[in-house]
Amino acid sequence: MRALAAAVGAIVVAASVLAGEIPPAERRSGYDFMSRETRAMQDDETANPATLWVLEGAALWQRKVGEAGRACADCHGDARTSMKGAAARHPVFDAARGRPVSLEQRINACRVDRQQAPALAWESRDLLALTVFVARQSRGLPIDMPVDGRTQPFLDAGRATFQRRQGQLNLACSQCHDDHWGRQLAGNVIPQAHPTGYPIYRLEWQSVGSLQRRLRNCLVGMRAEAYDYGAPELVDLELYLMWRARGMTFEAPGVRP
Amino acid sequence: MANALISVPARARRGEIIEIKTLVSHPMETGYRRTQLGARIPRDIVRLFVCSYNGVEIFRAELHPAIAANPFIVFPTIATESGTLTFQWTGDNGFSVTESAAIAVE
Repeated sequence: MRALAAAVGAIVVAASVLAGEIPPAERRSGYDFMSRETRAMQDDETANPATLWVLEGAALWQRKVGEAGRACADCHGDARTSMKGAAARHPVFDAARGRPVSLEQRINACRVDRQQAPALAWESRDLLALTVFVARQSRGLPIDMPVDGRTQPFLDAGRATFQRRQGQLNLACSQCHDDHWGRQLAGNVIPQAHPTGYPIYRLEWQSVGSLQRRLRNCLVGMRAEAYDYGAPELVDLELYLMWRARGMTFEAPGVRP
Repeated sequence: MANALISVPARARRGEIIEIKTLVSHPMETGYRRTQLGARIPRDIVRLFVCSYNGVEIFRAELHPAIAANPFIVFPTIATESGTLTFQWTGDNGFSVTESAAIAVE
């Protein structure tokens, strides 16, 4: 009996030693866990419903708004060149705020400061359309998340949130996405949680949604109190996840089940 | 906002079978859902999709509440002559979107 307990103990110790960040060579996008049909939907721009938001974002990019009467295009010009790679390096450190900001926050900061227009609401159609349109310009590029002295503390905070047990189920993000990826949770395969395709068109939502919406979704599933949209915890978590996926191909707008 | 996305080959050989893909932006609210306070959310769906080829109807679909948001309809047809394909979606609350695409047949 004692030998059995020791063996079980050894296995538990081994498991906790094994648990850790996924080695770079073993990382896989959520795309790789999807059905052939859903992959085809993402790859074909005429079948990917997020294209509707991309087109709407392209129209918004040209529209003059706010007191300043300026459109995004008046400063940034052709998004195909000026926004290339932008989404693949967000959240990025913002010197004015003294902390990293997500792509949505960056777009809203531009609206408020430069266009002198009211900020767009989180998950509003216009903000998603602009974000998807900007993200589309980085499709196919590698995720580029350099970390320096300024972003390091926020990256560490994001990692701590990822690894912290929380909610009534007392689960940490890492328990599913680092330790048990590829296995099943209810009927679904657990992916590695690399935010390679955000904002995504999620079939379950029948709409486009942001990475923060997805993170809040997971938190509710863990029966934890979800952080508010734009909360520092969510942005730090976004930063950590993007850093964790550094070098992987950015594929926005993704389609996910 | 109402917009649609059409994919029709720009050119085709006479007699060739071509694939037409259409995607329209619509919430497709079923009419069976209720708010948290129990009030019924009124139905708002696309009811009918029609495609005409140089004025002749070649494809028609009736849509119902079980169809997902942003309906994606794909169908084949035979390229018979150069001209215009028109696509029309009509639905609840006066929803109406018309799009067209040109095709050159040689």
